[in-house]
Amino acid sequence: MNAAIDLGLFADLVIAVSVAGLALWLVLTRERFRAVVGFMVYGLFVALAWMRLGAPDVALTEAAIGGGLVGLLLLGASARVPPEPAATTRRWPLHLTAALLSAVVAAGLAAAVLALPEPAPSLAGTVADALPATKVDNPVTAVLMAFRAVDTLFETVVLVLALIAFWSLVPDRAWRERPAWLPSPRPAPALVLLARLLPPLGVLVAVHLFWIGTSQPGGKFQAGALLAALWALTMIAGLTRPPAADRRLPRLLAVIGPAVFFAIGLAGIWLAGDFLAYPTGLEKPLILVIEAVLMISVAVALGLILAGLPPAAAALSTQDHQGGAGAPREPRS
Amino acid sequence: MIMVLDLFTIVAVSLGLVLFLAGVVGLLRLPDPLSRLHALTKADNLGLGLVILGLLAQVDWPFGALKLIALWVLVVVSGSVAGQLLASTQHDLLDTAPARVPDQSADRSQSQR
Repeated sequence: MNAAIDLGLFADLVIAVSVAGLALWLVLTRERFRAVVGFMVYGLFVALAWMRLGAPDVALTEAAIGGGLVGLLLLGASARVPPEPAATTRRWPLHLTAALLSAVVAAGLAAAVLALPEPAPSLAGTVADALPATKVDNPVTAVLMAFRAVDTLFETVVLVLALIAFWSLVPDRAWRERPAWLPSPRPAPALVLLARLLPPLGVLVAVHLFWIGTSQPGGKFQAGALLAALWALTMIAGLTRPPAADRRLPRLLAVIGPAVFFAIGLAGIWLAGDFLAYPTGLEKPLILVIEAVLMISVAVALGLILAGLPPAAAALSTQDHQGGAGAPREPRS
Repeated sequence: MIMVLDLFTIVAVSLGLVLFLAGVVGLLRLPDPLSRLHALTKADNLGLGLVILGLLAQVDWPFGALKLIALWVLVVVSGSVAGQLLASTQHDLLDTAPARVPDQSADRSQSQR
């Protein structure tokens, strides 16, 4: 028994030291590519930390979005921003200020955590008591989809807003062109094979993650992120072509989740007496419907952001940065 | 019976970990990218295979075991593809820089597993 506790403590210590060390290294490293790869590893360790804290839902999301998708986005971005100008001498005051501010925030957080009364205030008991009313067994899903549904609704709207903001970078003349960041110029046969083998299995796992989300860790965000990654893989291998921003279907799919969620929420005003209230007896089916459409919207929005911008847009922005001089860099298009 | 299974798990997982250790040592110590890749992919395939073989004795038979085996197959498939991609990228790099071509044909045949 004692040995088991010590092993757990040892694992916690290794994870904590790795997270802190990686974070420090990420900030200090000079090379952009290394920093991005380090960030992906960092996401993996943070996911492990969430596992150790007993929050598998958060761990899954962190691994899929924090480590995987954001890492992929940063990788794409880091390959496209023009190289930094030679290190200027007067950067250290800025760095010192940032370090001081970060230290103050960290100290404040530590003080807040240490100042918590024992036992810490928690709504877990209230959630556990009210859980049967939602007909959902996973308390995380119950909180996200019922007790705190309005937060979730606007989170999903934020994703659509992110897509709109991203598309605002497309210049008018490239609006009807397909994004060109992902497709590999001549995909390796092994990659094409992987892009053919994985999607059927991946879709199965995504549907499984979505379906068990009501009773076990999992849910729309994790499933949607997985689907987006699979879509990106097939786009890289050239098996599917990324849609242009003016296509109707992808746009519709990207907003259908929040739209259905909002519509069901509004219907709740008449049917159940309050915005986002579910009529008695229909709680679980409605939550499943919302989760299903949200999964599709999350997948499509993330996939469209991963697909990047049309080649003309990339050329234009590179030219802007370099003052019109120099050939546009087109690493993959 | 339980003890035999536990012993089997301990032996197989330990062997797997030894292979992982060898892979990491190879990654850190071997001279060129293709040999490093060679060391790493061995650790991935065989090391993880042994760890999973050991854990098979500890999970409930039909579904727990199938999940573990599926995990191993997925890692083997993605690992081989990643190894292949890294090796062919390295090959292209060597092609464009003919000045520093070591003995690439031998390296490549090794890294293909």
